[in-house]
Amino acid sequence: MNNPYIVLPIILQLVAAVVLMFFWTKTKAQKVLSIIFSVAAVLVAAYLLVEVWHSGILITQSGNWKAPFGITFVADLLGVTLVLVSSIAALGVSIFSAGSMREERLKFGYYPVFHFLVMGLQGAFLTGDIFNLYVWFEVIIISSFVLMTLGGKKAQLEGAIKYVSLNLLASSLFLIGIGFLYGLTGTLNMADLSIKIKEIQNIGLVNVTGGLFLVAFGIKSAIFPMYFWLPASYHTPPPAVTAIFGGLLTKVGVYAMLRTFSLIFGGDEFMTVTISIIAALTILGGAFGAMSHRHMSKIFGYLIISHIGFMMVGISIFTEIALLGTIFYLIHDIIVKTNLFMVSGLVLKINGTQDIKDLGGLYKSYPLLSLLMAIPLFSLVGIPPLSGFWAKIFFVEGALEAGDYLLVISVILGSFLTLWIIGKVWTEVFWKKGENLPKQANGVYFDELPPIGKWSMVFPMLLLSFVSLYIGLGAKHVISLSQKIATELVDPSSYIQVVLQNQVP
Amino acid sequence: MELLLILIIGLLHAGGLYMLLRRSMFKMIIGLILLGNGVNLLIFLLGRLTKGHPPVIDGNAKIFSEIYADPLPQALILTAIVIGFGLQSFAIILIKRVYQVLGTDDLDELNSTDEEI
Repeated sequence: MNNPYIVLPIILQLVAAVVLMFFWTKTKAQKVLSIIFSVAAVLVAAYLLVEVWHSGILITQSGNWKAPFGITFVADLLGVTLVLVSSIAALGVSIFSAGSMREERLKFGYYPVFHFLVMGLQGAFLTGDIFNLYVWFEVIIISSFVLMTLGGKKAQLEGAIKYVSLNLLASSLFLIGIGFLYGLTGTLNMADLSIKIKEIQNIGLVNVTGGLFLVAFGIKSAIFPMYFWLPASYHTPPPAVTAIFGGLLTKVGVYAMLRTFSLIFGGDEFMTVTISIIAALTILGGAFGAMSHRHMSKIFGYLIISHIGFMMVGISIFTEIALLGTIFYLIHDIIVKTNLFMVSGLVLKINGTQDIKDLGGLYKSYPLLSLLMAIPLFSLVGIPPLSGFWAKIFFVEGALEAGDYLLVISVILGSFLTLWIIGKVWTEVFWKKGENLPKQANGVYFDELPPIGKWSMVFPMLLLSFVSLYIGLGAKHVISLSQKIATELVDPSSYIQVVLQNQVP
Repeated sequence: MELLLILIIGLLHAGGLYMLLRRSMFKMIIGLILLGNGVNLLIFLLGRLTKGHPPVIDGNAKIFSEIYADPLPQALILTAIVIGFGLQSFAIILIKRVYQVLGTDDLDELNSTDEEI
């Protein structure tokens, strides 16, 4: 069904970015406007989700060129759900930045670039064209480059070199893959590709193309042999930037894999086996990396990798139940990881360090705040009935059904190691007796902030904790949503039919 | 013509990868640029080369009556060139800044963010 309003989330972020540029040095106005625009974006996304839930997949053809000739925007349940979840996370980060970001960074256009980044994310979730997906990826990475280097500290620049070079390489590989696909099928529309790729005799070439996409998205989402840039760079920018990166950037890679492997490649045994081994190694590699570090943001950075591995489980098995787990985990992970990096940012603001050996006694000095921080920490582990728990049941169930015992073992071991790591962080940072840390000369501490500054850091954590509690306690709704998405992914015929309308032979 | 393009594409990819694996930051960027150009030519080649048939419909015909060159790969390459240009200029500014702050061009010395625990 045609509905031009589905591009509204993209346009809203674009307008936000452009309007904010007119307030380049007026940081107060930027903060207020950014929060207003982010609230509006959440409302628009919620409206779209309701609309898609009731009337099925919506599309709009740009310039009224019929698919597969023009660029199609498709709002199916997967895309719209991610638009909603990512705009909630972006709202949280927008408020958190207002309290934690330094004036100098705000004066160099932090907020406009932030909104460009979110625009790229929304575009990637809504597009139905593979080359357009590439363009949105480039919008995302150029904005993330700017956010990562803004401020120009030594560590930031060093991390940025690694991040920039690997992401540029991944983009080149993605582009090669697109070139191959176009050469093989002569189309770029993902629904059309899905039909035409099945008619190709040369399976080897299709698999090579699939491999190129796997590597390109793999670098972006930090899966097993290609994740080393993430722990080397994610802890260097300010906490608010890390929160949006950790929550959303790697997940776009997972989304792109879900999309391409459900529509274009997939069902191939070689790919299934490869991805399942990669998933197992990603889970364990990330968890072991997290065990060996003491810097809070680095620990959480490695945990991102480990949990990307969980999501790869569903992509590898590709049955409805395992995909249900992946979708559920994706929704849960975006909210919880964003919140988690805000926690580490708040700890940094309170104590001036993120080294868990030096930290301690937070529970004694800030009991209520610690209780709030406990929610994302233990949601991540998945202590029932918190949100991480439900998805893992589906992973184990899906892997057992498929007879893939390697994945069963690594999911269980991965969850156990996550519990161990979070337990370590909790005892070291919150329970251990704290020492008086020497105060650093520059930087404002949490105690010295005015009440509004304190609230602007605590409120987004309250908001996201509330959402993740809802995902855990109201799991019934999220599961029925994920169930519907998983069905659509396993059998994309309705997607194809809506996009191509009456042209299906 | 195809053979020549294939050779050039292979050369650009090989050169790009070789430069990427060097230790110097500056050579790494050159590698990325070479790779980007190789990819653009690859898309051009994979879109099939058709000589002397521009995709322009005759004044008195309604549709194409014979084969014509596919204009889409050129549009893709144009987009990719523009995007690549933006990203590469950012990367060049970045390495200049890194060189000013850290005073080294050697990638092996940029390991403090990896090593600290």
